[in-house]
Amino acid sequence: MTHLDLIAFAPELLMAAAILVFILFGAFTGDKAARPVAIAAVVAMLIAAFLVANQGTDDGNFFNNLVAINDFTGAAKILILLVSAASLFLALPHIARDINKRFEFPLLYLFATLGMMILVSAQDLMTLYLGLELMSLSLYVLAALRRELVRASEAGLKYFVLGALSSGMILYGSSIIYGYSGATNFDLIAGALTASDGNNIGLLVGLVFVIAGLAFKVSAVPFHMWTPDVYQGAPAAVTAFFAGAPKLAAMMVFVRVLVGPFGDLTAQWQQVIALISMASMILGAFAALNQRNIKRLMAYSSIANMGYALIGLAAGTPEGVQGLMAYMTIYAVMTLGTFAVIMLMRREDRPLENIEDLAGLINQKPRMAAAMIIMMFSLSGIPPLAGFFGKLMVFMAAINEGSSLMIALAVVGALTSVVAAFYYLRIIKLMVFDPQPDELDHKDAREWSITAGVAAALLIVLTLGFQHLHAWFVGASAVLFTG
Amino acid sequence: MLEIGLGHYLTVAAILFTLGVFGIFLNRKNVIVILMSLELILLSVNINFVAFSHFSGDLTGQVFSLLILTVAAAEAAIGLAILVIYFRNRGSIDVDDISVMKG
Repeated sequence: MTHLDLIAFAPELLMAAAILVFILFGAFTGDKAARPVAIAAVVAMLIAAFLVANQGTDDGNFFNNLVAINDFTGAAKILILLVSAASLFLALPHIARDINKRFEFPLLYLFATLGMMILVSAQDLMTLYLGLELMSLSLYVLAALRRELVRASEAGLKYFVLGALSSGMILYGSSIIYGYSGATNFDLIAGALTASDGNNIGLLVGLVFVIAGLAFKVSAVPFHMWTPDVYQGAPAAVTAFFAGAPKLAAMMVFVRVLVGPFGDLTAQWQQVIALISMASMILGAFAALNQRNIKRLMAYSSIANMGYALIGLAAGTPEGVQGLMAYMTIYAVMTLGTFAVIMLMRREDRPLENIEDLAGLINQKPRMAAAMIIMMFSLSGIPPLAGFFGKLMVFMAAINEGSSLMIALAVVGALTSVVAAFYYLRIIKLMVFDPQPDELDHKDAREWSITAGVAAALLIVLTLGFQHLHAWFVGASAVLFTG
Repeated sequence: MLEIGLGHYLTVAAILFTLGVFGIFLNRKNVIVILMSLELILLSVNINFVAFSHFSGDLTGQVFSLLILTVAAAEAAIGLAILVIYFRNRGSIDVDDISVMKG
Protein backbone atom coordinates (compact mmCIF):
# COMPACT_ATOMS: atom_id res chain seq x y z
CA MET A 1 0.00 0.00 0.00
CA THR A 2 1.46 3.33 -1.02
CA HIS A 3 0.32 6.83 -0.35
CA LEU A 4 -0.99 6.93 -3.93
CA ASP A 5 -3.53 4.28 -2.99
CA LEU A 6 -4.76 6.42 -0.15
CA ILE A 7 -5.02 9.54 -2.30
CA ALA A 8 -6.99 7.67 -4.94
CA PHE A 9 -9.30 6.36 -2.25
CA ALA A 10 -9.74 9.77 -0.56
CA PRO A 11 -13.53 10.05 -1.04
CA GLU A 12 -14.12 6.61 0.48
CA LEU A 13 -11.72 7.38 3.32
CA LEU A 14 -13.56 10.61 3.98
CA MET A 15 -16.83 8.73 4.20
CA ALA A 16 -15.33 6.11 6.52
CA ALA A 17 -13.81 8.78 8.75
CA ALA A 18 -17.11 10.67 8.84
CA ILE A 19 -18.91 7.50 9.91
CA LEU A 20 -16.47 6.88 12.78
CA VAL A 21 -16.66 10.46 14.01
CA PHE A 22 -20.47 10.49 13.82
CA ILE A 23 -20.75 7.19 15.68
CA LEU A 24 -18.69 8.57 18.56
CA PHE A 25 -20.56 11.86 18.49
CA GLY A 26 -23.88 10.05 18.54
CA ALA A 27 -22.80 7.66 21.28
CA PHE A 28 -21.83 10.53 23.55
CA THR A 29 -24.68 12.89 22.71
CA GLY A 30 -27.53 10.39 22.59
CA ASP A 31 -30.52 10.52 20.32
CA LYS A 32 -30.76 14.29 20.17
CA ALA A 33 -27.75 13.94 17.85
CA ALA A 34 -29.98 12.47 15.14
CA ARG A 35 -30.72 15.64 13.25
CA PRO A 36 -27.25 17.27 13.43
CA VAL A 37 -25.67 13.96 12.38
CA ALA A 38 -28.08 13.66 9.45
CA ILE A 39 -27.28 17.16 8.25
CA ALA A 40 -23.56 16.52 8.65
CA ALA A 41 -23.95 13.25 6.76
CA VAL A 42 -25.55 15.06 3.82
CA VAL A 43 -22.65 17.51 3.84
CA ALA A 44 -20.11 14.66 4.04
CA MET A 45 -21.68 12.99 0.99
CA LEU A 46 -21.59 16.24 -0.97
CA ILE A 47 -17.93 16.81 -0.04
CA ALA A 48 -17.12 13.24 -1.09
CA ALA A 49 -18.88 13.86 -4.42
CA PHE A 50 -16.81 17.02 -4.85
CA LEU A 51 -13.61 15.05 -4.11
CA VAL A 52 -14.56 12.40 -6.67
CA ALA A 53 -15.26 15.08 -9.27
CA ASN A 54 -11.84 16.66 -8.69
CA GLN A 55 -9.82 13.50 -8.56
CA GLY A 56 -7.84 14.50 -11.63
CA THR A 57 -5.72 12.10 -13.60
CA ASP A 58 -4.81 9.42 -11.09
CA ASP A 59 -6.72 6.73 -12.98
CA GLY A 60 -5.73 3.10 -12.73
CA ASN A 61 -5.81 0.20 -10.32
CA PHE A 62 -4.96 0.55 -6.66
CA PHE A 63 -4.48 -1.60 -3.56
CA ASN A 64 -2.85 -4.46 -5.50
CA ASN A 65 -5.43 -4.28 -8.27
CA LEU A 66 -8.35 -4.68 -5.89
CA VAL A 67 -9.83 -1.29 -6.74
CA ALA A 68 -10.15 0.61 -10.01
CA ILE A 69 -10.49 4.36 -10.32
CA ASN A 70 -11.45 5.72 -13.74
CA ASP A 71 -13.94 8.00 -15.46
CA PHE A 72 -16.70 5.42 -15.26
CA THR A 73 -16.33 4.71 -11.55
CA GLY A 74 -15.99 8.45 -10.99
CA ALA A 75 -19.25 9.23 -12.77
CA ALA A 76 -21.00 6.37 -10.99
CA LYS A 77 -19.79 7.53 -7.58
CA ILE A 78 -20.84 11.13 -8.19
CA LEU A 79 -24.32 9.99 -9.16
CA ILE A 80 -24.58 7.64 -6.18
CA LEU A 81 -23.39 10.28 -3.71
CA LEU A 82 -25.74 12.93 -5.05
CA VAL A 83 -28.73 10.59 -5.03
CA SER A 84 -27.91 9.33 -1.52
CA ALA A 85 -27.45 12.87 -0.24
CA ALA A 86 -30.77 13.89 -1.78
CA SER A 87 -32.60 10.94 -0.23
CA LEU A 88 -31.13 11.61 3.19
CA PHE A 89 -32.11 15.28 2.82
CA LEU A 90 -35.59 14.08 1.93
CA ALA A 91 -35.63 11.95 5.08
CA LEU A 92 -34.68 14.79 7.46
CA PRO A 93 -38.27 15.57 8.56
CA HIS A 94 -38.85 11.85 9.10
CA ILE A 95 -36.15 11.72 11.71
CA ALA A 96 -38.28 13.90 13.95
CA ARG A 97 -41.55 12.11 13.14
CA ASP A 98 -41.46 8.45 12.25
CA ILE A 99 -38.00 7.15 12.93
CA ASN A 100 -38.10 8.12 16.62
CA LYS A 101 -34.96 10.20 16.43
CA ARG A 102 -32.45 7.39 16.27
CA PHE A 103 -29.02 8.69 15.34
CA GLU A 104 -28.17 5.35 13.69
CA PHE A 105 -30.51 6.25 10.86
CA PRO A 106 -28.21 8.68 9.00
CA LEU A 107 -25.21 6.47 9.84
CA LEU A 108 -26.81 3.54 8.05
CA TYR A 109 -27.25 5.75 4.97
CA LEU A 110 -23.54 6.57 5.14
CA PHE A 111 -22.54 2.92 5.55
CA ALA A 112 -24.71 1.88 2.62
CA THR A 113 -23.35 4.68 0.45
CA LEU A 114 -19.77 3.76 1.32
CA GLY A 115 -20.59 0.18 0.34
CA MET A 116 -21.95 1.37 -3.00
CA MET A 117 -18.80 3.40 -3.68
CA ILE A 118 -16.61 0.38 -3.00
CA LEU A 119 -18.95 -1.76 -5.07
CA VAL A 120 -18.69 0.33 -8.23
CA SER A 121 -14.92 0.64 -7.80
CA ALA A 122 -14.41 -3.11 -7.48
CA GLN A 123 -11.74 -4.55 -9.72
CA ASP A 124 -11.79 -7.92 -8.01
CA LEU A 125 -14.55 -10.31 -7.00
CA MET A 126 -13.51 -9.94 -3.35
CA THR A 127 -13.93 -6.16 -3.39
CA LEU A 128 -17.22 -6.62 -5.19
CA TYR A 129 -18.48 -8.99 -2.51
CA LEU A 130 -17.37 -6.82 0.41
CA GLY A 131 -18.85 -3.65 -1.11
CA LEU A 132 -22.08 -5.46 -1.87
CA GLU A 133 -22.39 -6.80 1.67
CA LEU A 134 -21.59 -3.45 3.28
CA MET A 135 -24.39 -1.97 1.19
CA SER A 136 -26.88 -4.81 1.68
CA LEU A 137 -26.40 -5.34 5.41
CA SER A 138 -27.05 -1.63 6.03
CA LEU A 139 -30.13 -1.76 3.84
CA TYR A 140 -31.59 -4.76 5.69
CA VAL A 141 -31.35 -2.86 8.95
CA LEU A 142 -32.82 0.30 7.40
CA ALA A 143 -35.82 -1.66 6.11
CA ALA A 144 -36.58 -2.95 9.61
CA LEU A 145 -35.66 0.23 11.46
CA ARG A 146 -39.20 0.94 12.67
CA ARG A 147 -39.02 -2.14 14.79
CA GLU A 148 -42.34 -1.60 16.55
CA LEU A 149 -44.29 -2.04 13.29
CA VAL A 150 -45.23 -5.50 12.01
CA ARG A 151 -44.98 -4.37 8.42
CA ALA A 152 -41.49 -2.95 8.78
CA SER A 153 -40.11 -6.03 10.50
CA GLU A 154 -41.73 -8.26 7.91
CA ALA A 155 -40.22 -6.14 5.12
CA GLY A 156 -36.82 -6.40 6.79
CA LEU A 157 -37.12 -10.16 7.16
CA LYS A 158 -38.12 -10.69 3.53
CA TYR A 159 -35.42 -8.36 2.28
CA PHE A 160 -32.82 -10.08 4.43
CA VAL A 161 -33.66 -13.64 3.37
CA LEU A 162 -33.84 -12.91 -0.35
CA GLY A 163 -30.90 -10.51 -0.27
CA ALA A 164 -28.72 -13.03 1.54
CA LEU A 165 -29.77 -15.69 -0.98
CA SER A 166 -28.73 -13.40 -3.84
CA SER A 167 -25.37 -12.74 -2.17
CA GLY A 168 -24.97 -16.49 -1.89
CA MET A 169 -25.62 -16.88 -5.60
CA ILE A 170 -23.08 -14.19 -6.47
CA LEU A 171 -20.57 -15.98 -4.23
CA TYR A 172 -21.23 -19.40 -5.74
CA GLY A 173 -20.78 -17.86 -9.18
CA SER A 174 -17.58 -16.17 -8.01
CA SER A 175 -16.21 -19.47 -6.74
CA ILE A 176 -16.85 -21.16 -10.09
CA ILE A 177 -15.32 -18.23 -11.94
CA TYR A 178 -12.31 -18.45 -9.64
CA GLY A 179 -12.01 -22.18 -10.26
CA TYR A 180 -12.11 -21.94 -14.03
CA SER A 181 -9.98 -18.83 -14.47
CA GLY A 182 -7.63 -19.27 -11.49
CA ALA A 183 -8.12 -15.67 -10.40
CA THR A 184 -10.60 -13.28 -8.83
CA ASN A 185 -9.13 -10.18 -10.44
CA PHE A 186 -11.16 -8.74 -13.32
CA ASP A 187 -8.12 -8.28 -15.60
CA LEU A 188 -6.87 -11.80 -14.96
CA ILE A 189 -10.35 -13.25 -15.56
CA ALA A 190 -10.50 -11.35 -18.84
CA GLY A 191 -7.05 -12.74 -19.69
CA ALA A 192 -8.10 -16.31 -18.91
CA LEU A 193 -11.21 -15.85 -21.02
CA THR A 194 -9.22 -14.56 -23.98
CA ALA A 195 -6.72 -17.41 -23.60
CA SER A 196 -9.53 -19.95 -23.80
CA ASP A 197 -10.88 -18.21 -26.93
CA GLY A 198 -14.10 -17.17 -25.21
CA ASN A 199 -15.06 -20.83 -25.11
CA ASN A 200 -14.99 -21.55 -21.39
CA ILE A 201 -18.20 -23.21 -20.26
CA GLY A 202 -17.25 -23.08 -16.56
CA LEU A 203 -16.85 -19.30 -16.66
CA LEU A 204 -20.21 -19.04 -18.38
CA VAL A 205 -21.92 -21.05 -15.63
CA GLY A 206 -20.30 -18.87 -12.97
CA LEU A 207 -21.31 -15.76 -14.84
CA VAL A 208 -24.96 -16.86 -14.96
CA PHE A 209 -24.96 -17.22 -11.15
CA VAL A 210 -23.43 -13.76 -10.78
CA ILE A 211 -26.02 -12.29 -13.17
CA ALA A 212 -28.84 -13.92 -11.19
CA GLY A 213 -27.47 -12.46 -7.95
CA LEU A 214 -27.06 -8.97 -9.39
CA ALA A 215 -30.54 -9.15 -10.95
CA PHE A 216 -31.85 -9.67 -7.39
CA LYS A 217 -30.18 -6.45 -6.32
CA VAL A 218 -31.61 -4.40 -9.19
CA SER A 219 -34.97 -6.20 -8.71
CA ALA A 220 -35.29 -7.46 -12.28
CA VAL A 221 -37.81 -10.21 -13.10
CA PRO A 222 -37.68 -13.17 -12.20
CA PHE A 223 -35.83 -12.00 -9.07
CA HIS A 224 -38.15 -9.14 -8.18
CA MET A 225 -40.51 -10.68 -5.62
CA TRP A 226 -39.04 -8.85 -2.61
CA THR A 227 -39.48 -5.40 -4.13
CA PRO A 228 -43.20 -4.61 -3.59
CA ASP A 229 -43.23 -5.89 -0.01
CA VAL A 230 -40.07 -4.07 0.98
CA TYR A 231 -41.21 -0.85 -0.67
CA GLN A 232 -44.55 -1.04 1.12
CA GLY A 233 -43.23 -2.10 4.51
CA ALA A 234 -40.35 0.34 4.89
CA PRO A 235 -41.03 4.00 5.79
CA ALA A 236 -41.46 6.20 2.70
CA ALA A 237 -38.15 7.98 3.31
CA VAL A 238 -36.28 4.69 3.36
CA THR A 239 -38.16 3.43 0.30
CA ALA A 240 -37.07 6.54 -1.58
CA PHE A 241 -33.48 5.64 -0.74
CA PHE A 242 -33.94 1.98 -1.76
CA ALA A 243 -35.40 3.00 -5.10
CA GLY A 244 -32.54 5.32 -5.98
CA ALA A 245 -28.93 4.85 -4.99
CA PRO A 246 -28.68 1.04 -4.47
CA LYS A 247 -30.33 0.40 -7.84
CA LEU A 248 -27.94 2.86 -9.46
CA ALA A 249 -24.93 1.16 -7.84
CA ALA A 250 -26.06 -2.37 -8.68
CA MET A 251 -26.72 -1.36 -12.28
CA MET A 252 -23.28 0.25 -12.61
CA VAL A 253 -21.53 -2.82 -11.22
CA PHE A 254 -23.63 -4.95 -13.58
CA VAL A 255 -22.13 -2.94 -16.44
CA ARG A 256 -18.61 -3.13 -15.05
CA VAL A 257 -18.69 -6.91 -14.57
CA LEU A 258 -20.35 -7.80 -17.86
CA VAL A 259 -18.60 -5.33 -20.16
CA GLY A 260 -15.26 -5.54 -18.35
CA PRO A 261 -13.97 -9.05 -17.63
CA PHE A 262 -16.73 -10.81 -19.55
CA GLY A 263 -16.69 -8.61 -22.66
CA ASP A 264 -15.64 -11.61 -24.76
CA LEU A 265 -18.81 -13.45 -23.77
CA THR A 266 -21.12 -10.63 -24.91
CA ALA A 267 -22.99 -12.86 -27.36
CA GLN A 268 -23.81 -15.27 -24.51
CA TRP A 269 -24.85 -12.89 -21.73
CA GLN A 270 -26.72 -10.65 -24.15
CA GLN A 271 -29.47 -13.29 -24.42
CA VAL A 272 -29.78 -13.63 -20.64
CA ILE A 273 -29.95 -9.88 -20.07
CA ALA A 274 -32.41 -9.42 -22.94
CA LEU A 275 -34.71 -12.03 -21.40
CA ILE A 276 -34.50 -10.47 -17.92
CA SER A 277 -35.10 -7.03 -19.38
CA MET A 278 -38.11 -8.10 -21.43
CA ALA A 279 -39.71 -9.94 -18.50
CA SER A 280 -39.15 -6.93 -16.21
CA MET A 281 -40.77 -4.49 -18.62
CA ILE A 282 -43.81 -6.71 -19.17
CA LEU A 283 -44.37 -7.63 -15.53
CA GLY A 284 -43.68 -4.09 -14.31
CA ALA A 285 -46.24 -2.66 -16.72
CA PHE A 286 -49.04 -5.15 -16.14
CA ALA A 287 -48.70 -5.89 -12.41
CA ALA A 288 -48.87 -2.19 -11.52
CA LEU A 289 -52.26 -1.75 -13.20
CA ASN A 290 -54.19 -3.13 -10.22
CA GLN A 291 -52.21 -1.56 -7.42
CA ARG A 292 -54.04 0.72 -4.99
CA ASN A 293 -51.04 1.33 -2.77
CA ILE A 294 -48.81 3.98 -4.26
CA LYS A 295 -45.62 2.52 -2.80
CA ARG A 296 -46.38 -0.88 -4.35
CA LEU A 297 -47.18 0.90 -7.58
CA MET A 298 -43.80 2.62 -7.47
CA ALA A 299 -42.20 -0.78 -6.79
CA TYR A 300 -43.63 -2.24 -9.99
CA SER A 301 -42.77 0.98 -11.78
CA SER A 302 -39.16 0.58 -10.68
CA ILE A 303 -39.14 -3.05 -11.86
CA ALA A 304 -40.30 -1.86 -15.29
CA ASN A 305 -37.70 0.93 -15.28
CA MET A 306 -34.93 -1.55 -14.51
CA GLY A 307 -36.13 -3.46 -17.56
CA TYR A 308 -35.72 -0.37 -19.73
CA ALA A 309 -32.26 0.38 -18.33
CA LEU A 310 -31.19 -3.23 -18.94
CA ILE A 311 -31.99 -2.79 -22.65
CA GLY A 312 -28.94 -0.53 -22.75
CA LEU A 313 -26.80 -3.19 -21.11
CA ALA A 314 -28.15 -5.95 -23.38
CA ALA A 315 -27.06 -3.92 -26.40
CA GLY A 316 -23.49 -4.29 -25.08
CA THR A 317 -22.30 -1.26 -27.06
CA PRO A 318 -20.84 2.03 -25.80
CA GLU A 319 -24.06 3.68 -26.93
CA GLY A 320 -26.06 1.21 -24.84
CA VAL A 321 -23.99 1.88 -21.72
CA GLN A 322 -24.43 5.63 -22.22
CA GLY A 323 -28.15 5.07 -22.56
CA LEU A 324 -28.18 3.02 -19.36
CA MET A 325 -26.33 5.72 -17.43
CA ALA A 326 -28.60 8.46 -18.73
CA TYR A 327 -31.68 6.36 -18.02
CA MET A 328 -30.62 5.56 -14.46
CA THR A 329 -29.78 9.20 -13.74
CA ILE A 330 -33.13 10.43 -14.95
CA TYR A 331 -34.91 7.55 -13.22
CA ALA A 332 -33.29 8.48 -9.90
CA VAL A 333 -34.43 12.10 -10.26
CA MET A 334 -37.99 11.07 -11.11
CA THR A 335 -38.18 8.56 -8.27
CA LEU A 336 -36.90 10.98 -5.63
CA GLY A 337 -39.32 13.65 -6.79
CA THR A 338 -42.24 11.23 -6.75
CA PHE A 339 -41.42 10.00 -3.26
CA ALA A 340 -41.18 13.59 -2.05
CA VAL A 341 -44.82 14.01 -3.09
CA ILE A 342 -45.75 10.61 -1.60
CA MET A 343 -44.30 11.73 1.74
CA LEU A 344 -46.47 14.81 1.96
CA MET A 345 -49.58 12.63 1.70
CA ARG A 346 -50.31 12.82 5.41
CA ARG A 347 -53.49 13.31 7.38
CA GLU A 348 -53.31 14.12 11.08
CA ASP A 349 -49.59 13.46 10.83
CA ARG A 350 -50.04 9.86 9.70
CA PRO A 351 -48.70 8.78 6.32
CA LEU A 352 -51.24 7.81 3.65
CA GLU A 353 -50.49 5.30 0.95
CA ASN A 354 -53.55 4.81 -1.23
CA ILE A 355 -53.51 6.49 -4.60
CA GLU A 356 -57.06 7.75 -3.95
CA ASP A 357 -55.63 9.98 -1.26
CA LEU A 358 -54.00 12.00 -4.03
CA ALA A 359 -57.42 12.94 -5.42
CA GLY A 360 -57.98 16.63 -5.91
CA LEU A 361 -54.45 17.47 -4.84
CA ILE A 362 -54.34 20.25 -7.39
CA ASN A 363 -56.89 22.30 -5.42
CA GLN A 364 -55.16 21.98 -2.10
CA LYS A 365 -51.49 22.01 -3.09
CA PRO A 366 -51.25 23.25 -6.66
CA ARG A 367 -47.45 23.48 -6.73
CA MET A 368 -46.88 19.96 -5.44
CA ALA A 369 -49.51 18.64 -7.82
CA ALA A 370 -47.77 20.41 -10.70
CA ALA A 371 -44.46 18.81 -9.71
CA MET A 372 -46.13 15.40 -9.50
CA ILE A 373 -47.72 15.90 -12.94
CA ILE A 374 -44.28 16.64 -14.41
CA MET A 375 -42.89 13.53 -12.71
CA MET A 376 -45.69 11.29 -13.98
CA PHE A 377 -45.45 12.61 -17.53
CA SER A 378 -41.72 12.08 -17.43
CA LEU A 379 -42.07 8.52 -16.05
CA SER A 380 -44.47 7.65 -18.83
CA GLY A 381 -42.03 9.11 -21.37
CA ILE A 382 -43.95 12.05 -22.80
CA PRO A 383 -41.55 13.97 -25.09
CA PRO A 384 -40.51 17.35 -23.77
CA LEU A 385 -39.46 15.87 -20.43
CA ALA A 386 -36.22 14.08 -19.60
CA GLY A 387 -37.81 10.65 -19.14
CA PHE A 388 -38.45 10.56 -22.87
CA PHE A 389 -34.78 11.05 -23.69
CA GLY A 390 -33.72 8.25 -21.37
CA LYS A 391 -36.08 5.86 -23.14
CA LEU A 392 -35.07 7.21 -26.55
CA MET A 393 -31.39 6.56 -25.86
CA VAL A 394 -31.81 2.94 -24.78
CA PHE A 395 -34.21 2.19 -27.64
CA MET A 396 -31.84 3.80 -30.16
CA ALA A 397 -28.95 1.77 -28.76
CA ALA A 398 -30.98 -1.41 -29.17
CA ILE A 399 -32.00 -0.60 -32.74
CA ASN A 400 -28.49 0.48 -33.78
CA GLU A 401 -27.10 -2.77 -32.40
CA GLY A 402 -29.17 -4.34 -35.16
CA SER A 403 -29.79 -7.95 -34.15
CA SER A 404 -33.40 -9.08 -34.31
CA LEU A 405 -33.38 -9.87 -30.58
CA MET A 406 -32.49 -6.29 -29.71
CA ILE A 407 -35.04 -4.83 -32.10
CA ALA A 408 -37.70 -7.07 -30.54
CA LEU A 409 -36.60 -5.75 -27.15
CA ALA A 410 -37.04 -2.14 -28.31
CA VAL A 411 -40.51 -2.94 -29.67
CA VAL A 412 -41.56 -4.61 -26.40
CA GLY A 413 -40.18 -1.59 -24.56
CA ALA A 414 -42.24 0.83 -26.63
CA LEU A 415 -45.39 -1.25 -26.21
CA THR A 416 -45.05 -1.73 -22.45
CA SER A 417 -44.40 1.97 -21.93
CA VAL A 418 -47.83 2.57 -23.49
CA VAL A 419 -49.35 0.16 -20.96
CA ALA A 420 -47.43 1.79 -18.14
CA ALA A 421 -48.62 5.22 -19.25
CA PHE A 422 -52.10 4.13 -18.11
CA TYR A 423 -51.26 4.05 -14.42
CA TYR A 424 -49.10 7.16 -14.51
CA LEU A 425 -51.83 9.10 -16.29
CA ARG A 426 -54.44 7.73 -13.89
CA ILE A 427 -52.59 9.43 -11.05
CA ILE A 428 -52.68 12.72 -12.95
CA LYS A 429 -56.39 12.24 -13.61
CA LEU A 430 -56.99 11.62 -9.90
CA MET A 431 -55.09 14.73 -8.89
CA VAL A 432 -56.67 17.04 -11.43
CA PHE A 433 -60.24 15.90 -12.00
CA ASP A 434 -61.42 13.91 -8.98
CA PRO A 435 -63.00 15.46 -5.89
CA GLN A 436 -60.93 15.51 -2.76
CA PRO A 437 -62.09 13.14 0.02
CA ASP A 438 -60.53 14.96 3.00
CA GLU A 439 -57.98 17.67 3.35
CA LEU A 440 -54.39 16.60 3.77
CA ASP A 441 -52.18 18.15 6.42
CA HIS A 442 -51.49 21.77 5.56
CA LYS A 443 -48.05 22.09 6.97
CA ASP A 444 -45.50 20.33 4.78
CA ALA A 445 -41.89 19.92 5.60
CA ARG A 446 -39.73 22.27 3.55
CA GLU A 447 -37.41 19.42 2.57
CA TRP A 448 -40.19 17.64 0.69
CA SER A 449 -41.32 20.68 -1.27
CA ILE A 450 -37.73 21.57 -2.12
CA THR A 451 -36.93 18.05 -3.33
CA ALA A 452 -40.09 17.77 -5.39
CA GLY A 453 -39.53 21.21 -6.90
CA VAL A 454 -35.87 20.59 -7.69
CA ALA A 455 -36.65 17.19 -9.21
CA ALA A 456 -39.38 18.63 -11.42
CA ALA A 457 -37.11 21.49 -12.47
CA LEU A 458 -34.26 19.06 -13.16
CA LEU A 459 -36.44 17.03 -15.51
CA ILE A 460 -36.89 20.15 -17.64
CA VAL A 461 -33.29 21.35 -17.26
CA LEU A 462 -31.94 17.90 -18.17
CA THR A 463 -33.95 18.06 -21.38
CA LEU A 464 -32.41 21.38 -22.33
CA GLY A 465 -28.93 20.35 -21.23
CA PHE A 466 -29.17 16.75 -22.34
CA GLN A 467 -26.16 17.05 -24.63
CA HIS A 468 -23.92 17.92 -21.68
CA LEU A 469 -25.18 14.94 -19.71
CA HIS A 470 -24.70 12.80 -22.79
CA ALA A 471 -21.16 14.08 -23.37
CA TRP A 472 -20.28 13.27 -19.75
CA PHE A 473 -21.52 9.70 -20.14
CA VAL A 474 -19.74 9.28 -23.50
CA GLY A 475 -16.47 10.11 -21.76
CA ALA A 476 -17.29 7.90 -18.79
CA SER A 477 -18.26 4.83 -20.80
CA ALA A 478 -15.25 5.10 -23.13
CA VAL A 479 -12.89 3.59 -20.52
CA LEU A 480 -14.96 0.40 -20.39
CA PHE A 481 -14.43 -0.37 -24.04
CA THR A 482 -10.75 0.49 -24.52
CA GLY A 483 -9.13 -2.55 -22.91
CA MET B 1 -8.27 -47.03 -3.03
CA LEU B 2 -10.39 -44.11 -4.11
CA GLU B 3 -8.46 -40.90 -4.49
CA ILE B 4 -10.50 -37.90 -3.37
CA GLY B 5 -10.05 -35.25 -6.02
CA LEU B 6 -11.37 -31.82 -6.94
CA GLY B 7 -14.52 -33.31 -8.46
CA HIS B 8 -15.59 -34.84 -5.17
CA TYR B 9 -15.25 -31.57 -3.30
CA LEU B 10 -17.18 -29.72 -5.99
CA THR B 11 -19.93 -32.34 -5.87
CA VAL B 12 -20.30 -32.01 -2.10
CA ALA B 13 -20.39 -28.22 -2.44
CA ALA B 14 -22.97 -28.39 -5.23
CA ILE B 15 -25.17 -30.71 -3.14
CA LEU B 16 -24.90 -28.39 -0.13
CA PHE B 17 -25.72 -25.37 -2.28
CA THR B 18 -28.77 -27.09 -3.76
CA LEU B 19 -29.92 -28.17 -0.30
CA GLY B 20 -29.57 -24.60 0.88
CA VAL B 21 -31.61 -23.16 -1.99
CA PHE B 22 -34.31 -25.80 -1.63
CA GLY B 23 -34.29 -25.29 2.11
CA ILE B 24 -35.26 -21.66 1.54
CA PHE B 25 -37.97 -22.24 -1.03
CA LEU B 26 -39.55 -25.52 0.05
CA ASN B 27 -39.40 -24.93 3.78
CA ARG B 28 -42.84 -24.17 5.21
CA LYS B 29 -41.95 -24.49 8.87
CA ASN B 30 -39.96 -21.69 10.39
CA VAL B 31 -37.51 -18.96 9.65
CA ILE B 32 -34.64 -20.41 11.68
CA VAL B 33 -34.45 -23.20 9.09
CA ILE B 34 -34.10 -20.51 6.42
CA LEU B 35 -31.18 -18.94 8.29
CA MET B 36 -29.55 -22.37 8.52
CA SER B 37 -30.06 -22.84 4.78
CA LEU B 38 -28.33 -19.51 4.13
CA GLU B 39 -25.36 -20.71 6.17
CA LEU B 40 -25.31 -23.92 4.14
CA ILE B 41 -25.06 -21.89 0.93
CA LEU B 42 -22.15 -19.86 2.27
CA LEU B 43 -20.38 -23.00 3.51
CA SER B 44 -20.75 -24.68 0.14
CA VAL B 45 -19.11 -21.65 -1.43
CA ASN B 46 -16.26 -21.90 1.07
CA ILE B 47 -15.69 -25.56 0.20
CA ASN B 48 -15.58 -24.57 -3.46
CA PHE B 49 -13.06 -21.83 -2.86
CA VAL B 50 -10.77 -23.87 -0.64
CA ALA B 51 -10.88 -26.87 -2.98
CA PHE B 52 -10.11 -24.76 -6.04
CA SER B 53 -7.41 -22.94 -4.12
CA HIS B 54 -5.75 -26.17 -2.97
CA PHE B 55 -5.81 -27.89 -6.34
CA SER B 56 -4.56 -24.88 -8.27
CA GLY B 57 -1.88 -23.95 -5.71
CA ASP B 58 -3.16 -20.36 -5.51
CA LEU B 59 -3.90 -18.76 -2.14
CA THR B 60 -6.47 -16.20 -3.30
CA GLY B 61 -9.36 -18.60 -2.81
CA GLN B 62 -8.49 -19.23 0.82
CA VAL B 63 -8.28 -15.50 1.51
CA PHE B 64 -11.69 -15.13 -0.08
CA SER B 65 -13.14 -17.88 2.09
CA LEU B 66 -11.84 -16.15 5.23
CA LEU B 67 -13.59 -12.97 4.14
CA ILE B 68 -16.78 -14.94 3.54
CA LEU B 69 -16.63 -16.45 7.03
CA THR B 70 -16.31 -12.99 8.55
CA VAL B 71 -19.15 -11.49 6.57
CA ALA B 72 -21.31 -14.57 7.19
CA ALA B 73 -21.01 -13.95 10.92
CA ALA B 74 -22.13 -10.33 10.51
CA GLU B 75 -24.95 -11.44 8.24
CA ALA B 76 -26.17 -14.06 10.73
CA ALA B 77 -26.12 -11.45 13.51
CA ILE B 78 -28.25 -9.04 11.50
CA GLY B 79 -30.57 -11.81 10.35
CA LEU B 80 -31.20 -13.01 13.89
CA ALA B 81 -31.71 -9.43 15.09
CA ILE B 82 -34.37 -8.86 12.45
CA LEU B 83 -35.92 -12.22 13.34
CA VAL B 84 -36.11 -11.23 17.01
CA ILE B 85 -37.94 -7.96 16.30
CA TYR B 86 -40.25 -9.85 13.95
CA PHE B 87 -41.02 -12.39 16.68
CA ARG B 88 -41.74 -9.60 19.15
CA ASN B 89 -44.31 -8.13 16.78
CA ARG B 90 -45.99 -11.29 15.59
CA GLY B 91 -45.31 -13.84 18.32
CA SER B 92 -44.53 -16.45 15.69
CA ILE B 93 -41.79 -17.28 13.23
CA ASP B 94 -43.79 -19.56 10.95
CA VAL B 95 -43.00 -18.98 7.30
CA ASP B 96 -46.70 -19.11 6.43
CA ASP B 97 -47.40 -16.20 8.76
CA ILE B 98 -45.06 -13.82 6.94
CA SER B 99 -47.81 -12.48 4.73
CA VAL B 100 -49.19 -9.23 6.10
CA MET B 101 -48.37 -7.64 2.76
CA LYS B 102 -49.56 -9.25 -0.45
CA GLY B 103 -50.37 -8.42 -4.03
